Amino acid sequence: MTRIFLFILLLAAALPARAQDPFLSALPGLGGGFGAQAEAVERLGALGDPRAIPLLRALGDGRLLRRADGTLLVRDGATLTEAATGTTAEAGTPEPARININNRVRVALRGALGRLQLVSPDPAERLTAAEGVLRSRSAENVPLLEAALARETVPRIRSRMELALGASRLVATDPDAKRAGIATLGASASPEARSVLLEARAQNPDLLPEIEAAVAAIDRRLAIRRGVETVFQGLSLGSVLLLAALGLAITFGVMGVINMAHGEFVMLGAYTTFVVQEICRGIPWLLPWSLPLSIPAAFLVTALAGGAMERGLIRHLYGRPLETLLLTFGVGMMIQQAVRLGFGAQNREVLSPSWMQGTILLPMDIPLTQNRLWILLFSLVVLGLVVLAIRFTRFGLEMRAVTQRRAIASSMGIRTGRVDALTFAFGSGIAGIAGVALSQIDNVSPNLGTGYIIDSFLVVVFGGVGSLAGTLVGAMGLGLVNKLLEPWAGAVLAKVFVLVAAMIFIQRRPRGLFAQKGRAAEA
Amino acid sequence: MTHDFRLSRRAALLGAGAALAAPAIRPSLAQAAPIRVGVLHSLSGTMAISETALRDTVLMMIEWQNARGGILGRRLEPVVVDPASNWPLFAEKARELLQVSRVDVTFGCWTSVSRKSVLPVFEELNGLLFYPVQYEGEEESRNIFYTGAAPNQQAIPAVEYLMSADGGGARRIALLGTDYVYPRTTNRILRAFLNSKGIADADIMEEYTPFGHSDWQGIVSRVKRFAGEGKKTAIVSTINGDANVPFYRELGNQGIRAEDIPSVAFSVGEEELAGIDTRPLVGHLAAWNYFMSVQSPANTEFLNLWRAYIRNPRRVTNDPMEATLVGFRMWAQAVAQAGTTGVDAVRTAMYGQKVDAPSGFTLEMHRNHHLSKPVMIGEVQADGQFNIVWRTPGPIVAENWSPFIPENANRRRG
Repeated sequence: MTRIFLFILLLAAALPARAQDPFLSALPGLGGGFGAQAEAVERLGALGDPRAIPLLRALGDGRLLRRADGTLLVRDGATLTEAATGTTAEAGTPEPARININNRVRVALRGALGRLQLVSPDPAERLTAAEGVLRSRSAENVPLLEAALARETVPRIRSRMELALGASRLVATDPDAKRAGIATLGASASPEARSVLLEARAQNPDLLPEIEAAVAAIDRRLAIRRGVETVFQGLSLGSVLLLAALGLAITFGVMGVINMAHGEFVMLGAYTTFVVQEICRGIPWLLPWSLPLSIPAAFLVTALAGGAMERGLIRHLYGRPLETLLLTFGVGMMIQQAVRLGFGAQNREVLSPSWMQGTILLPMDIPLTQNRLWILLFSLVVLGLVVLAIRFTRFGLEMRAVTQRRAIASSMGIRTGRVDALTFAFGSGIAGIAGVALSQIDNVSPNLGTGYIIDSFLVVVFGGVGSLAGTLVGAMGLGLVNKLLEPWAGAVLAKVFVLVAAMIFIQRRPRGLFAQKGRAAEA
Repeated sequence: MTHDFRLSRRAALLGAGAALAAPAIRPSLAQAAPIRVGVLHSLSGTMAISETALRDTVLMMIEWQNARGGILGRRLEPVVVDPASNWPLFAEKARELLQVSRVDVTFGCWTSVSRKSVLPVFEELNGLLFYPVQYEGEEESRNIFYTGAAPNQQAIPAVEYLMSADGGGARRIALLGTDYVYPRTTNRILRAFLNSKGIADADIMEEYTPFGHSDWQGIVSRVKRFAGEGKKTAIVSTINGDANVPFYRELGNQGIRAEDIPSVAFSVGEEELAGIDTRPLVGHLAAWNYFMSVQSPANTEFLNLWRAYIRNPRRVTNDPMEATLVGFRMWAQAVAQAGTTGVDAVRTAMYGQKVDAPSGFTLEMHRNHHLSKPVMIGEVQADGQFNIVWRTPGPIVAENWSPFIPENANRRRG
């Protein structure tokens, strides 16, 4: 803060005295209507007066106030300063009113702040500034950008500034500058650059061939990017399906219990995330860790619920699938309504930690949304852990023994009832973990689970009942097919196509992709 | 005859106090048979998220009215049923209310499909339904009073705003919606409207998703691509309730700021935003006829009454709640004026009723069973409230038969 302030002072001192007048005369506009505000912001941006930076920021954050007599105040925490003079001021009566802005003013602000901050010492500010200037597109930006580029060293900011420079040259009057601008823009893979070029098409009929060529070059790069994006989106949808189905792959796939309350266990996991977050709110240093902490908590809560349900109800109905189906369906509705009574029907807000927000850019500017990327990785980790638990632990061994030959396992001294309860609790716990992940992309509401129950069964049956590899391939396959179809068919029809295709497939191969063979298949 | 809705703070507290003291005042009002008020809102299933608040609003208003001595010296008695977001069940419950509970009036429904389901029942049994939600129009039943907006009171002004200088001057519009009657009809009207404003079909994108859709990655990236054609683009969203949270999250995560591609929503209010971190959404828009942030004495009283009733100082209000309140006030006035709860007499008395609404305007019920309403456009703020950036100078009359649907050309307007 002090550094910025010094920087401002330095620049302010370097300015000739008469430059103050336009600054002061532009100020009252900030308190006017939206049109007047936008104009005043543009004027302040064009002046290049760094005193405008804190003012414009305050306007953007809703910290600029107006007294009844028209003087403007900047609020910074508890202190008020007068906008024109920078001296500390009292609020006075009546309370100064907050100045509201709209999108039109926000667009102007972005451009003005962009110009003023191109040489800011903070790289993040320079990047935002370059983005802002790219979108505001004005010929007056050319010298500013050239000066900023001359001293810029960070490659990512440089490339954005070059794009901005290209875009600004395109609206200049000099045809050579325009050609240079078109060439810069055409060398990128940026949709904004494409948009700028298309906009310029109408004003520059003589440059049409160059523009068309540049757009075509961008389109080629964008096509590759689109392909990668679609695959990522498909895998991401697949990972959500995988998470939702993984618990079911155990309770239904391994144990054969048709558990219609599976979705509600997922929902319980999401609500556990919410509760853990609320507890962590009281302990500030713990808050960023609330999401990782929710994973074991959600596992425990739903595993206990699942274990209780198996011991209390389901074990009395083994071998009677229809009754189990109806019973678990009823339990699911009871859980749903209980949550609705306890937490209310409204959505609960689960915050995303900052490392799960926004996008990261791969080479060629391919954007991957962070939350989806984390969920994709998380689903694979959970799958890995489940496989390890089943293959390499004593519990896993007993589980496999009991599900394959109950009588023999029992005669070897395994307490089959206990293994049943643990297996069901394990599957339910995995559903709870899925709930933690889903709280990041879906509504945390009592209906959360109902949306996933059909998809989960579809994935398990399609992949092959009892096969974890089948669940993985099934989930990813369905996700990819869905996303590949979506651009052509629309979201509604794509889903219908996927369901029809899965139906036909299951008709042909009733045991799914990875059919169980040998003794397990007969059990 | 207009009753002033503004109640003093004391009256608000009295209303809340009456909730606790209800048994005490009962004897004085119980001499005449009570007036029975049906409440037909989903309390479970998908729509519970939106409709439970409306049930609470009706119950609050019943208490408020009872605290002022009921109507015609008769106490009001709520009859609450739960149609469980199940459209055929809405019709069954409506029949039960009218035939078994013999209610004098019903407040209920949210989705258009539930209203379409109960409409024949109310017409057959000559019941009276107050429907409080904005909808697609193309309907006018003598047994229903529509207190929400028709398309010309919400959708069309919102799109006009997007195309204006203040709204960003959009020339390309993406119409995104949930796949059912309200979004499809609204978008049909909007497409005709946009065409009439010189926007070609090539500049309109239309996409529908299933109810509760949660994977918006593909659609949001397609909107981004659609926006990259060198014309200012905006999104018009008729996405319903549940699917909105993942939609806005995806907008935020893909870095679509309101400055680049503003979106205006017709089904997102304060209640829906309560479940979202709104910081990345600042500047996105919603169009309604009321926002909680409206500054008016009637709204202050509404907020105080609501928060005292629900015993939560942070609970929000929204447009359909305000429409419920306005409908209830009008009905109470009409009954008092007609001197009876008989449906035909009340219907006649309803025409021309006026209420000073929390939106800050005096609203009037017209003979087309729709209200005149002001239209407001709000921008989402970081605190989950809306900052009103545009509003009509006064209430505008509903056109429930849209002139942008060609079949309506032959219809007699009245």
